[in-house]
Amino acid sequence: MAEVNILVCVKRAADVTGEVVLTADGTALDGRYSGYAMSGHETAAVEIAVSLVEQHGGSVTVLTLGDEDAVEQLRDALAVGADDAVHIEADSSAYGPADVAAAIAEVVRARADAGTAYDLVLVGNDAADTGNFQVGIRLAYLLDRPVVAGVQSAEVADGTATLHVGSAEGTETYEVALPAVATVLEGGVDPRYPNIRGRMRAKKAPVETVTAGVEPKGGRTLGLSLPPPAPTQVTVLGEGPGAAPAVVDVLRKIGVLS
Amino acid sequence: MSNAVLVLIEPDEGRVHLVSREALTFARQLGGEVHALMLGTVDEAVLADCREQGVAVVHEAQAAGGELDAYSAAAWATALEQALEGAGAATVLAGGTERGTEVLAHVAARRDLPMAANVLAVTSTEPLEVERQVAGGAVLERMRLDATPAVLTMAGHAVEAVAAASPGAAEHRTFEARVTPADLRARVQRVQARGGGDSSAALSAARVVVGAGRGAGSADGFADVDALAQRLGGAVGVSRAVTSLGWRPHHEQVGQTGSRIAPDVYIACGISGAIQHWAGVSSSKTIIAINTDADAPMMTKADYAVVGDMHEVLPAILEELDRA
Repeated sequence: MAEVNILVCVKRAADVTGEVVLTADGTALDGRYSGYAMSGHETAAVEIAVSLVEQHGGSVTVLTLGDEDAVEQLRDALAVGADDAVHIEADSSAYGPADVAAAIAEVVRARADAGTAYDLVLVGNDAADTGNFQVGIRLAYLLDRPVVAGVQSAEVADGTATLHVGSAEGTETYEVALPAVATVLEGGVDPRYPNIRGRMRAKKAPVETVTAGVEPKGGRTLGLSLPPPAPTQVTVLGEGPGAAPAVVDVLRKIGVLS
Repeated sequence: MSNAVLVLIEPDEGRVHLVSREALTFARQLGGEVHALMLGTVDEAVLADCREQGVAVVHEAQAAGGELDAYSAAAWATALEQALEGAGAATVLAGGTERGTEVLAHVAARRDLPMAANVLAVTSTEPLEVERQVAGGAVLERMRLDATPAVLTMAGHAVEAVAAASPGAAEHRTFEARVTPADLRARVQRVQARGGGDSSAALSAARVVVGAGRGAGSADGFADVDALAQRLGGAVGVSRAVTSLGWRPHHEQVGQTGSRIAPDVYIACGISGAIQHWAGVSSSKTIIAINTDADAPMMTKADYAVVGDMHEVLPAILEELDRA
């Protein structure tokens, strides 16, 4: 079985699962208190890549575009089994999704020229902070590769990737010739945690820093705000099992009891 | 180019999908003539929904060689681009389903156009500016969309689907999609249907949703949740914590990366109500929360609250329903 070289693209984003804080100028999320992480989708993408390479041999490269702090997320991926990393040093807030895709495409081409052709490029389905849902698809067009979105698990054999996408009806399966691009959705694989040996390895693993080969056209954000708090007029129906008749009364009142 | 709006619509159980009907309602607010595109057969039920939504023209894409029989986002994008030319549309939009978002991203990539995902509202038309959800609904972004055609997807249930004041003509036009071999490089080869009940299949369109979170306690803690959903003819939806713990499959997840729901009633059991979950359920008409913690966000945002353990309250509700 042929080896497989995989590039996984991750993004350092403010953790938005807790309380969300905006910067004073209202143009960005402030993660100083919440911390930063790669998204669940990207964590799943790293897991898919590392386990495919465990099975078939080859290499996993992890890539990010961001300031120097973003190297932390590269180290996180290296700690769970990625082999090397590329850091496109840039102010990610100046990059719209088309710019990010163009910068990644530059790296893919440069690495191919240098002898590493990526059979599969994985990105998150959507970024945890900016939520544009576009980088992977734009990248595929720039590289003229097939792309499958929302992938939850993957197999590779004989130059073909078998990609599984969850849908309302069940699981949809795509078979695409490599090289290809896939955007990954969390939930299909169980990402591993780093062990001590992995963390030690991550400290020493090579991180290549490059400058973006594209001039960003920028995003189109005019400003951010927090949604207004939901109006609260809660009616307490009671405590414990004794509240059951009151619940059924409500269900009857709103007409959902047939 | 006219100021027509082209909406990608999807079918759901013989009708136009609720999320697509919401997108049609939203499209009317933009002021131009509303066109709809469906991939696959447009029947009388679809035309009736489109008439009610004030649609002027319903475009139906066909492919004699069967190129549209299985889903391919690129093939759909090709058909959408043809319909865009046919309608002379200045705006193309879709409901924020997985497919709606994916197909519009293909169109945006092909034409090097900006795209706004998860739009809630238009805040300015000249120039076009929109408000959209980012960070899983925790943050609102105002975004400039100054290219033609404007490409946008709607956040699910951001607007309510309502009939137009006067019905549309819904003139039915069919065209042959010029799908290329490159479009078919990534195409669904097979679908493995889910085993067992399909209560989750129509989660985003369900009238009743029974939700469960970490309070379920374990993978074995959902029997009463399943029973209540079945008793009320509804669907089960779970929080991200539940799928992360592997207690229930991802397709049942409601919120940030799962379904957005807008049922008549959402019964949230043992769910704390993190903002990402709230963003997916806040369009529910009525919310009943059951939680041991009276101060949990879900309890304070709900319409009705029961303070108690879901494993004690749900059996009592089922018993009461049997009695009723």
